[in-house]
Amino acid sequence: MAEQVIIIGSGPAGYTAAVYAARANLAPLLFSGQEPGGQLTTTTDVENFPGFPNGIQGPELVAAMRAQAERFGTRIVDEAVTAVDFSARPFRVSAPSGDFTAKTVIIATGASAKRLGLDSEKALYGKGVSACATCDGFFFKGKEVIVVGGGDAAMEEANFLTRFATKVTVVVRRDALRASKIMQERAVNNPKVAFLWNTEITDILGADVGHVTGVKLRNTATGEASEMKTDGVFSAIGHEPTTKLFAGQIELDAKGYVVTKNGTSATSVPGVFAGGDVADFRYRQAVTAAGTGCMAALDAEKFLESEAH
Amino acid sequence: MSEVIATDATFEKEVLQASEPVLVDFWAPWCGPCRIIGPIVEKLAGEFAGKVKVAKLNVDENPVTAQKYGVMSIPTLIIYKGGQAVEQMVGVQQEAALREKLAAFG
Repeated sequence: MAEQVIIIGSGPAGYTAAVYAARANLAPLLFSGQEPGGQLTTTTDVENFPGFPNGIQGPELVAAMRAQAERFGTRIVDEAVTAVDFSARPFRVSAPSGDFTAKTVIIATGASAKRLGLDSEKALYGKGVSACATCDGFFFKGKEVIVVGGGDAAMEEANFLTRFATKVTVVVRRDALRASKIMQERAVNNPKVAFLWNTEITDILGADVGHVTGVKLRNTATGEASEMKTDGVFSAIGHEPTTKLFAGQIELDAKGYVVTKNGTSATSVPGVFAGGDVADFRYRQAVTAAGTGCMAALDAEKFLESEAH
Repeated sequence: MSEVIATDATFEKEVLQASEPVLVDFWAPWCGPCRIIGPIVEKLAGEFAGKVKVAKLNVDENPVTAQKYGVMSIPTLIIYKGGQAVEQMVGVQQEAALREKLAAFG
């Protein structure tokens, strides 16, 4: 029998959708995906989620959301969905453990950190190239590292890494930061953080010795090339939506985000809804993801009711 | 519990000299993704009991071994066979994919 609702994704959007759908007696089935818990699992202090005046650790916050979803009867499958078929109803969702069908689907697959896109970055991943400062900062005790990017995530990583590294150089492509005032100030006032403006990384060195030894840089204003020694490269250059699975099935915008209609969570396919970063290039906050995840569950509930009549 | 706790002091005996293949989970308490892979590794330890030995190594408390095997990112999983590291996986692994890997060694 077809499920009432399948939720794909397990960040704040997915779990909030699950809490709402479960409390509406829809017995949601949730697939936790490639990176269960999503982006919150690689952050440290979350200081802007309402209700936690002293902040909360990202992994703890998302674990609490999972527990709350389970409390109301959400069934969680710790697998990544491999394919979907929205061309016929009930919709089909395929995972390693089998094929599932559902009357409604909520897409909450979020976004993942963009990579620099260099071959040397791939070759040295886990050997000085890292996508998770909170996981790997520890390995850079007494070393020098580079953080690439000019947004909040880059500032947070730079500040965090100064707990371990003797020096953190932030490589910024432009001559200004995108980050919020408070995050900028923390980084700029941190004596261990230095900035390299108008600069991009063209190559990461060290593949021959099996760990990062330095980077090749290019000045984006003058074109001048240089090299710099470093032990680690952390990139925080933004995110891309996790929507490969849905290409050709629902409408995506030019950047790959799910298109939702008129301030609702409805996608181009009736019965398929989206919440969280997968449909949000603008705000991308844990709290907005939770909010739009809630919207998706309410929209799915209303859709099921209208179908029943 | 079917997992073994490996340390810098016991690594040689528990892992390198083990007669069966050994999967080592390099982790730390402050690593979010490690908490995700932890239960997966624990489950597989039960499934492969007697075929593949599964060990956990806290890199915070055992930096020597982590450094020796070039672990600079966690979670990292390394499969050892006959004292040699034969497979290294960085980041969260899917349960099914990891089961397949272990089945090839077990």
